Amino acid sequence: MPEEQVDKQVVHASHLNLFYGNNQALFNINLSFEKNHVTALIGPSGCGKSTFLRCLNRMNDLIEGVKIEGNIKIHNEDIYHPQTDIVQLRKNVGMVFQRPNPFPMTIYDNIAYGPRIHGLKDHKKLDEIVESSLQKAALWNEVKDRLHTPAKGLSGGQQQRLVIGRVLAVEPEIILMDEPTSALDPISTASVEELLQELKKSYTVIIVTHNMQQAARSSDFTAFFLNGEVVEYGKTSRLFTTPKEKRTEDYITGRFG
Amino acid sequence: MTGRHTFHEKLDNLHSDLLKMGSLVEQAIHLSVKSLVEHDSVLAEQVIENDDEIDALNLKIEKDCFGLIALQQPMASDLRRIGTVLKIVTDLERMADNAVTISKATLRLKGQAYVKQLIDIPRMATLTEAMVRDALDCYIHSDTEKAYQIAKNDDAVDKLYKEIHNELVEIMQKDSSTVFQATQFLFVAHSLERIGDHATNLAEWVIYFVTGKLEELND
Repeated sequence: MPEEQVDKQVVHASHLNLFYGNNQALFNINLSFEKNHVTALIGPSGCGKSTFLRCLNRMNDLIEGVKIEGNIKIHNEDIYHPQTDIVQLRKNVGMVFQRPNPFPMTIYDNIAYGPRIHGLKDHKKLDEIVESSLQKAALWNEVKDRLHTPAKGLSGGQQQRLVIGRVLAVEPEIILMDEPTSALDPISTASVEELLQELKKSYTVIIVTHNMQQAARSSDFTAFFLNGEVVEYGKTSRLFTTPKEKRTEDYITGRFG
Repeated sequence: MTGRHTFHEKLDNLHSDLLKMGSLVEQAIHLSVKSLVEHDSVLAEQVIENDDEIDALNLKIEKDCFGLIALQQPMASDLRRIGTVLKIVTDLERMADNAVTISKATLRLKGQAYVKQLIDIPRMATLTEAMVRDALDCYIHSDTEKAYQIAKNDDAVDKLYKEIHNELVEIMQKDSSTVFQATQFLFVAHSLERIGDHATNLAEWVIYFVTGKLEELND
């Protein structure tokens, strides 16, 4: 839990260790995430921040030789329990990646994809979901007149917001973002950062970023990872002005990393 | 989506806090002089009490400025705006302290008939209050022309201060029983003179905000 808890927490990782074969990548991670806030995970390359993020919807299951100890609970349910429905988990905990990855289909079909594979066929209902998801992703006004054109025709920033809209269409509760703006120009980055401020009103957002300034601008809480450990976790406003740990100070002031 | 809406909203809040503080300071100056002229110790107490609110706003604004610098990477006019606010809150806070000094003089003179009629001190107060009002106006409107005018107006305040000073020294030399009161009036005149200087500082920072140039307008 961050040093300054403000609200309800929905995700709890405790005593989490992760090994790639014989190499330990995460060491005894204890982190709880605040509902309806943006939490940033920062740290130098290889510090374990993305590895940790991928634990939260079991994306690491796809990697051979990964062993995980400890537990992650969402609403007190251990997501690593053998009976966990992984499809349901990934619906509830959506993910946005570094590069926008729209499917090679129309804007409309990208958004409708999730609801369709979950069995929805009603056209009217799908229309509604497409509109509301694009609204929430702050993309509706830019694309409403070309919903049936290929998504690949959108700009990078628009594509990334489309992907966010695609995540929202299946009504997740938690959204994970892995460096969502690192392939975007500054204007598109600003639009995604602004979107975060809207999204947190309805969702819990956890974002990995190698851009410290982005963490400072857009998050409410920040966790600083180093060598697979959490060095410091607290309110962003505090951590970036008066960090408690010297290693945090050294990293955010550019003295190493 | 357009630009950095969240950040600019925070900047707007900073701006409104500063204006709120400005109007409280204007009021404090006005009421402190009024309390002296009208022998109103209740009013003087009130000015002293209200200073806590001004101090609290000062701290909040300073904290918000540092927060914005640390978290939002302000650039160009945004950075100059925050730098300007960070500097002028200090001047505003000092002006409020000067108003407290004046109010304390009112309290020390409680129940005493004044050795002279107060004519020049209210005149000086009118001039400095106008300078403060103009300084806040030129901040709001980024009006550099007005900023230069404020610096000129400060000369009239300085001139009056010298006259008051000389007159009070003369009164004290003639009659040593006036020393206690006359020194209080000197404190008051000195406080008003300082308020004028702080208003000029505000004007200098407005010029910096608009042009990016730092200039010394007070000699």
